[in-house]
Amino acid sequence: MTTLSLHGLRKTYPGVGQAAVHGLDLTVDSGSLTALLGPSGCGKTTTMKLIAGLLSPDAGEVALDGTPITTLPPERRGIAMVFQNPLLFPHLTIAQNIGFGLRMQRLPQTDIAERVAAMLARVRLDGLGDRRPAALSGGQQQRAALARALILQPKVLLLDEPLSSLDPSLRDEMRALIRTLQQETGITTLVVTHDQAEAVALADRIVLMLDGRLAQHGPPEDLYRRPASLAVARFFGGVNFIPGRSQGGLFQCPIGPLTLPPGAPQGDHILTLRPEALRLGPGANPRTGRIDFVTFLGTQTRVGLTVDGTALQALTTPDLAGQLVPGTDLTISLPPEALWLLPPE
Amino acid sequence: MRANLRTLAGLALAVFLVLPFLPLVGWSVARGWRFPALLPDQVGVDAWAYALSPPSGVLASFAVTTLIASATTLLAILVGLPAGRALGLYRFRGRGLVFLLLLAPALLPGIAVVFGLHGILLRLGLAGSIPGVILAHLVPVLPYMTLVMAAVFARFDTAFEDQARSLGATPWQTFRHVTLPAILPGLMVGALFAFLVSWSQYLLTLSIGGGRVQTLPLLLFSFASAGRNDITAAIALLYILPGLMILAVTARRITGRGAALTERLHP
Repeated sequence: MTTLSLHGLRKTYPGVGQAAVHGLDLTVDSGSLTALLGPSGCGKTTTMKLIAGLLSPDAGEVALDGTPITTLPPERRGIAMVFQNPLLFPHLTIAQNIGFGLRMQRLPQTDIAERVAAMLARVRLDGLGDRRPAALSGGQQQRAALARALILQPKVLLLDEPLSSLDPSLRDEMRALIRTLQQETGITTLVVTHDQAEAVALADRIVLMLDGRLAQHGPPEDLYRRPASLAVARFFGGVNFIPGRSQGGLFQCPIGPLTLPPGAPQGDHILTLRPEALRLGPGANPRTGRIDFVTFLGTQTRVGLTVDGTALQALTTPDLAGQLVPGTDLTISLPPEALWLLPPE
Repeated sequence: MRANLRTLAGLALAVFLVLPFLPLVGWSVARGWRFPALLPDQVGVDAWAYALSPPSGVLASFAVTTLIASATTLLAILVGLPAGRALGLYRFRGRGLVFLLLLAPALLPGIAVVFGLHGILLRLGLAGSIPGVILAHLVPVLPYMTLVMAAVFARFDTAFEDQARSLGATPWQTFRHVTLPAILPGLMVGALFAFLVSWSQYLLTLSIGGGRVQTLPLLLFSFASAGRNDITAAIALLYILPGLMILAVTARRITGRGAALTERLHP
């Protein structure tokens, strides 16, 4: 059980004006499965390499349980990293790959063999220990790579896009395996991903990084329903943004006053509402909108509307879609409990 | 039909490669061999007996040549491996110039290099000594080694090294257990070249060694110019021995599918 903390971590690559990581402060709780989420190029992988010791920061500190490890070489940090590609050593068998770290610690061969056999079973690779990496499927290779890191019982496990090299059909399986193994072992785990759905499904907590900075850190539901900024809301698929002013429980905006939930902050804000929370039909905060488009998305249907010149979008069940005709008017409602105020830009 | 053609081509190649050695075998056991006889008049092992006896200096010379070629190869690996790694992996300013300078000794005639080199080694007090000859041999050997290693590292993914480090391997363990197995076939090609280039140096050994370092090629030339065809032939056969041995041991690993430089690097 180890808490990983980063203090003012900063890294700029030579020849690149903008810093890859800008003074990042972050605490990854002991035993948590935390997702480091962000679009490509936001500094996620750089952050991982700084934690693993494969890069050294320009400034700042990496600490485990409060003890700085910034100057330690990677092999003495007790942090194991699994890369995006399985990177199994091609000249070794699967069993030798999984036992690699233990062999580097010069453990007796019999101990290594015993622990490797147990690990092979846990990642469901029994009987494949004698194969070469090339003889395994992509999913099996990724499981072997995970086993190779877990067998070391690291203080912190880093997973860099562990699902992105897999076929969609294998992702659920791998995601479930990561989740199960993490809960069984309780190893503090940080997973890098660019896919918000993956982060939400996998992690207890999400750290959203945008442009090398920490944008928000919290449980998935917080980032989803209570985003800290317009950028966070946009990243999580937010599309409804109405600027205005909050005063005495009402939001004055271009589509008329809207009733806010109790305790809403006062002053200039941007109001947001998740598209799936916008109700098609009468209710609290009713409005009349004109349907602009109806897009069938499979399990959901996206409806675009204009209300007094403001464009809004709703996600609804497909069975309703037949009654929605572009160009016609429709009564909608904006439930106060689903309204959230973002700080103005 | 295609299989037959290949057998024929293989046979032609074997004949082409082996044929030139047959007269050497003949000469080394001939007591007299006058034109236009197809076989020697009389056969004996006198030349071999002399060549393998201490007074001829052949065995001592064989040992010195082996020592020089081995030391040159080892030094070439120590310098060429890191240099090749830098050239193969990184893009930096002046990389093209470094390549040109590296290739220069291989492109220039040896005689052009020898005089300047001799002056430098004289001043260092290394002329006429084995270390001096080894240093001189590095001049034509290093380009081969470095260029081979640069090509090997250009296909190497350093992410494997990062992976090993993050699994608790020290830098040395990472090199020993991850990098070395991946580059080994290429390293063997480079070492083979290095050894044979050094083994067959004549001009550099003659001028830098100043006659005090008697390697096999020097001995071969002195017997050849003395007109002793039988002893020359015996020494020549000894001279090609390491090349044949190295080739026999490594051919399977560095050619064809067995080597598969690229296949071994990536899963």
